[in-house]
Amino acid sequence: MSQKLFTRPQTLKDMATHYCPGCHHGIIHRLVAEVIDELGVRDKAIGVASVGCSVLAYEYFTIDMFQAAHGRAPAVATGIKRVHSDATVFTYQGDGDLAAIGCGEIVHAAARGEKITTIFVNNAIYGMTGGQMAPTTLVNQVTTTSPYGRNLENSGMPIRISEMLSTIDGAKFIARVAVNNPANMSKAKQAIKRAFEIQLRGEGFTMVEILSTCPTNWGKSPVEAATWLEENLIPYYPLGIFKAPEEVVK
Amino acid sequence: MAEKILMKGNEAIGEAAIIAGCRHYFGYPITPQTELTEYMSKRMSNIGGVFVQAESEVAAINMVYGAAGAGARAMTSSSSPGISLKQEGISYIAGAELPCVIVNIMRGGPGLGSIQPSQCDYFQATKGGGHGDYRNIVLAPNSVQELADITVQSFELADKYRNPVMLLGDGALGQMMEPVDLTMIKTKSIVAKPWAATGLRGRKDSNIINSLHLKPEDLEKHNIHLQEKYKEISSKEVRYEAINTEDAELIMIAYGITSRIARSAMDMARNKGIKVGLLRPITLWPFPELVISKLASRAQAFLTVELSAGQMVEDVRLAVNGAKPVYFYGRMGGMMPNPKEIYGQIVNIMFGKGGL
Repeated sequence: MSQKLFTRPQTLKDMATHYCPGCHHGIIHRLVAEVIDELGVRDKAIGVASVGCSVLAYEYFTIDMFQAAHGRAPAVATGIKRVHSDATVFTYQGDGDLAAIGCGEIVHAAARGEKITTIFVNNAIYGMTGGQMAPTTLVNQVTTTSPYGRNLENSGMPIRISEMLSTIDGAKFIARVAVNNPANMSKAKQAIKRAFEIQLRGEGFTMVEILSTCPTNWGKSPVEAATWLEENLIPYYPLGIFKAPEEVVK
Repeated sequence: MAEKILMKGNEAIGEAAIIAGCRHYFGYPITPQTELTEYMSKRMSNIGGVFVQAESEVAAINMVYGAAGAGARAMTSSSSPGISLKQEGISYIAGAELPCVIVNIMRGGPGLGSIQPSQCDYFQATKGGGHGDYRNIVLAPNSVQELADITVQSFELADKYRNPVMLLGDGALGQMMEPVDLTMIKTKSIVAKPWAATGLRGRKDSNIINSLHLKPEDLEKHNIHLQEKYKEISSKEVRYEAINTEDAELIMIAYGITSRIARSAMDMARNKGIKVGLLRPITLWPFPELVISKLASRAQAFLTVELSAGQMVEDVRLAVNGAKPVYFYGRMGGMMPNPKEIYGQIVNIMFGKGGL
């Protein structure tokens, strides 16, 4: 008897995405969809897509979704969750969206212990608007608005969002992962699953930051981008679980 | 049996919203509407509703976007500078066609302005306010009782048209106390919202709450749909009060608290045998332009009175369309005209150098 070992998650539509070759959004979408399937929460899942490359995420998931204004996804998710407390609510946000214009909303959603999960995709650059500097852009990294490299004097140091949110009591699970190789993908999926599980238990705010590539705006091939992520992003943004309920740390 | 209780305007809005089935309020303190935020914080916990004091007006309106899109009757409130901050969210709500109620208890501007009553947000409220071609339904009560009644109607209109409704009052209405009968308020049953994003819950197809249409053909189609909806609202939902307009030579046009002062001025004029009438728009959008245009065929002149530099007067002039002279009298910065002052304007127009 043959057995099906690998199939498209029910939560993901069977269609080509608009993402650039080598971009990690496709992998991350898949991991989120697999987790929703495995937890059996598809019927009560509600996602919030943010502004940026992932603004069209609602095209790819087979669940109810919202598109939110720049940075406002955590506030929108708050409204949704306060109406449907039994729903599994997640935001899907990039670094421009979450760390710049939406910094207030994410900090206060965490502070309220809002029972939502944020998938924070950090590729250290603005993707959709064509490669401008983000709050997460590394020092000396060249972007269209830091053409001579991010200058510390002018723009300060990049923000480490996971470390910052870990200091907030209402945040119950904060992890930084990457999806640049199969081992990391597996860890990323575990982190996403734990974040959703903690939300389902009603414990508080959860976030998984996922380091990601932007080959187009970094001006690199997909393989070069994966290497650049490993050599440059991971040293500044260390992977790991920054905060978790005790049973998860064990 | 009618049972009147003495209530502050801001609190009457809150209680009426609860009667209307609103169980989700998201707000942020700002004078002179803070009593409403405080009232909701007290009452929502008693009745199993949701009160969230947001971190900003921006977050509050986006919480409303989430709650309204999830199918709830949701409300937020603020005052002028705070409403400016909400405009981005209101544009998204209009684009995504979500029903919600936004209360603006106006204060003086521009900028931080003052905390005194004003009507200087008329343009912002009635002409869109945020980006894009859209309209809010804008209702302007003039008493504490009407604040309550119109709050309930606002929720019903919002649901009926899937459109944001703004209840536009001013600091005086929000702060003053008057007897109000809440037992007379009747709500229609809450409408089904099959479009809401609630989680699939057995539904086959996803519901998406969205204002993005990347293809120009799609966005134009969506805009045409919105404009058709606005046209329908314009033809069906105009509300106004006309007092002594039948034989009036001069018709005053005023809304909200100003209409009550203008009414006293009208009474003074009538006592002197001067034929003055008052038209009070209750919906500021849709504006009662047809009514005014009809009155222009008979009346000799119009006098618009506002707590602004002259904003509604532009709509009055459009409606009158040059048929008759339109005069304007306004006070700003929280200054309120007294009836005598307006009566002086009436006398000036009727018998002065710039007279009829």
